[in-house]
Amino acid sequence: MSVIGTRLPRKEDPRLLRGRGRFGDDFSAPGQLWARIVRSPSAHGLVRELDVTQAAKAPGITTVITSGDIPPGLVIPVRLTIPGTDLGDYLQPVLAGDTVRYVGEPLAVVVGDDPYACEDAAELVEIDVAERPAVLDACTAPAQQVAAELAAGYGDTAAAFAAAAHVVSISLAIGRHSGVPLEPRCLLVVPDPQAGTLDIFGMTKVPVWNRDLLAGLLGMDETLIRVHAVDAGGGFGVRGEFYPEDFLIPWLSLTLARPVKWAEDRAEHLVAVNHSRQQYHRIAAAFDADGRITALDDDIVHDNGAYCRTHGVAVPELTVAMLPGPYRVPAYRGRVRVVLTNKTPCGTYRAPGRFEGTAAREHLLDVAATQLGLDPVELRRRNLLTADEMPHQRAITTLRTELILDTGDYPALLAATAKEADRLGYRTGPVAPGAPGASPASPASPALSVGGGRLRGFGLAMFVEKSGLGPQETADVTVSKSGAVHVYSGGTSLGQGIETVLAQIAADALGVDPGVVHVTAGDTAAQPFGAGSWASRSTVVGGSAVHQAATAVRERAVQLAARMLEAAEEDLDLADGSITVRGDPGTRIGLADVARAAEPASGYLRPGEPAGLSARRRFEVSHMTYPYGAHAAVVDVDPGTGQVRVLRYLVAYEVGRAINPMLVEGQLRGGVAQGIGGALLEEFGYDEAGQPQAVTFMEYRMPTAAEVPLVDVLLSQDAPAPGNPLGVMGAGEGGVSAVGGAVANAVRDALGLAGSVGQLPLTPARVRRLADASAQAKAADPAAAADPAAAADPAAADPATAADPATAADLATAADLARAVTA
Amino acid sequence: MKDMHAICVTVNGRRHDLVVEARRTLADMLRHDLGYTGTHLGCEHGICGACTVILDGQPVRACLVFGVQADGAQVRTVEGLADGDRLSDLQQAFSDHHALQCGFCTPGFLMLAEAYLAEADGQDDQPLTQQRARELVASNLCRCTGYQGIVEAVVATAQARAGGDPR
Repeated sequence: MSVIGTRLPRKEDPRLLRGRGRFGDDFSAPGQLWARIVRSPSAHGLVRELDVTQAAKAPGITTVITSGDIPPGLVIPVRLTIPGTDLGDYLQPVLAGDTVRYVGEPLAVVVGDDPYACEDAAELVEIDVAERPAVLDACTAPAQQVAAELAAGYGDTAAAFAAAAHVVSISLAIGRHSGVPLEPRCLLVVPDPQAGTLDIFGMTKVPVWNRDLLAGLLGMDETLIRVHAVDAGGGFGVRGEFYPEDFLIPWLSLTLARPVKWAEDRAEHLVAVNHSRQQYHRIAAAFDADGRITALDDDIVHDNGAYCRTHGVAVPELTVAMLPGPYRVPAYRGRVRVVLTNKTPCGTYRAPGRFEGTAAREHLLDVAATQLGLDPVELRRRNLLTADEMPHQRAITTLRTELILDTGDYPALLAATAKEADRLGYRTGPVAPGAPGASPASPASPALSVGGGRLRGFGLAMFVEKSGLGPQETADVTVSKSGAVHVYSGGTSLGQGIETVLAQIAADALGVDPGVVHVTAGDTAAQPFGAGSWASRSTVVGGSAVHQAATAVRERAVQLAARMLEAAEEDLDLADGSITVRGDPGTRIGLADVARAAEPASGYLRPGEPAGLSARRRFEVSHMTYPYGAHAAVVDVDPGTGQVRVLRYLVAYEVGRAINPMLVEGQLRGGVAQGIGGALLEEFGYDEAGQPQAVTFMEYRMPTAAEVPLVDVLLSQDAPAPGNPLGVMGAGEGGVSAVGGAVANAVRDALGLAGSVGQLPLTPARVRRLADASAQAKAADPAAAADPAAAADPAAADPATAADPATAADLATAADLARAVTA
Repeated sequence: MKDMHAICVTVNGRRHDLVVEARRTLADMLRHDLGYTGTHLGCEHGICGACTVILDGQPVRACLVFGVQADGAQVRTVEGLADGDRLSDLQQAFSDHHALQCGFCTPGFLMLAEAYLAEADGQDDQPLTQQRARELVASNLCRCTGYQGIVEAVVATAQARAGGDPR
């Protein structure tokens, strides 16, 4: 039986459970110095004075550097370049010079013997900034703040809107939040001045790309830099991108010829690590008389913060590219204006662009269902692409690939989701006992009974994800003389369980127990051609490379064993790590024997054959594979306090083939928790001077176990991906993609709103305003609440826009948009 | 002038004599002076709970305790849970219920739950419900798992211990 598809316990677990993980700050080197970054206290201004004299004299301090001490003109380039965009003027310098553009921008680095001493000395750096006005609202920002304008689409949307039987439009703002992994960033760089090398601990995600960039910035040969594999305390898109510190710490180490270590604190992290998500959508759809979409139009403003970092404009590009989702959209136009503001720069966060776009589209569909007098599930059913229409190519490119929805049966998954939600009582009553994931001994969630004036709501959202971005991943598989199998992958371990998954894939292809497989992920010396772990690509692309390399090792092992046993290759079986001759069970050799037979000077090697039982294979892929799913949420809302509780949550997800279903479910459940954060709790706010308001975990409110409900998972493996040998689709992002949409729809349902909720996250203050406005509207015109036609003016029916001055200023009314698109 | 203090602390049954600066946190002392790097720092302001250790029987945030405050005390860290090569029942339950992904917050959850379970042990309390376990683990932050596996692991361990299961 294949080990693929089993719930194999994770290989990572024993070390992590024993406190023997090796995270960045767990590494130290003899004689190491510590670094502390001095950051801008101002959102925008000219640096009149940056005096490090006192800091440099402080006890235990080795040096303090500013921009004048490092090579001039160093900026961090874009990793994910999009054709037709030139972001050269907007890149972040590794240290700010005479201008600072966000609170938290690095200005100087203090280096000393001890982190406490460095932190003390950093306080002595005198900074005088002549403040300039801070640009904080991307919607009203002047034109020179626009870094790029992107568009995607096809068909004649104007004609479709003009001819539509119904036009529905809403505005929705997505809040600024981000990945915020629990381990802060950390780097240890150890130089060897004799060998001219640098050993780096703490880089993850894209270690080879980072190594090559660093080599270029330092003027070094890239093979003299080794990024080591480490444990990482969560990635989520933000960790492992190349930040200013990824140049500064290695440069200091090289310059001082000493190991240098830097460990970020949480306050730094919240202003330094990539922010994400903040967008303003004005989205409209045209429908025919039967409720079928004839056109979709979205006009988006994307707040990118002060610079374009390594992701460039990939997030807004993904937003417009993926916006049509799983639906049949005959004409589509998506436009996005990428605006620079005086806030922390942005990058990707798990499901980048899709969390935002899915929320806008799915919320629009629920408003449309009300206006058209249709059940939200039925409206979606009418518009989903069907299995007969697969593969479905859209005239859109994203991340330099053609967008071809490769496979799937979207209506079947929607029907399964609705059925499961009903079975579990999501829409009708108490949750059925014995639901998946529920302890048989525990009663159904008591929270599902709603009382005390609380309002219950149900929301559903569908989505298409993307995964398996190429262009390649490389894997090496080697059998050592003990019979152990070593996999060297270019992916990195971020907590997703890559070591377990790749071991299962290698064990399956090679015919060994996964217990003898050792996976090294993200060591640039062990795998110099790795492309990293991001974009839900590691199982799809990295796993396929491991599958190919392990298969090649298997074939080579059989070839050598045939020589050793003087048998024909086709008569040999390889299973459980042993090779046997069919029909002769007594004749058996182990993989360890074959590995020894592959040693140099072995008589079994033919002239010219390379020694070693190993193979390197490269899996290349030109198109992504597109998993899909549906989310359903049950919430209750207290209209008095504005508190929203998510009572129960269902994720239905098509993954093609689950290498380890336990890990897939874990990815989905974890994603839901993060999505609930973005939908209800987490937000990087700024005051009018550009001072960040979320600088500790008191203000940046990540969900605890008290805010995350039981998450039911319906894992589908009905649509194997056609583009890879394993049939797998990525699982990293489908848990979070549709949470904003599902929760917004559930809150809207609970409050009985005619229009949009207006803004995420749905904090208590915002929900109270929505509830009050809804109650007032119903009191003023009781008929309006029951009459869908009364919702035809979304601006009037959108209490968030009416009640929230900030939102009103940010968003042009949806009615304006409707006029614009029909004009 | 550093304000240094000579202290004696017992960690996982092993006595350590050392000199620490008055302001050094217990977390930094454990990690950097004594090498117990299983105790992790996620926020350094007492919210996330990744640094939770058991100090004289009570779970504490090691980032909010000074090293000198542990003078004469018994400290248990995650390194002290397993019996040799054998994971403790709680550790094994975490693996069985997929209660960890990146593992950074895990030591804090383990020590939090271990302190709770040890205190509840032998008392004639109601069995630990999912709801009560959820309230307990809401003390700490996890960014990966969505908490479901953690809740299940703690409940399963409590049930096994209440049932007299030796391991």
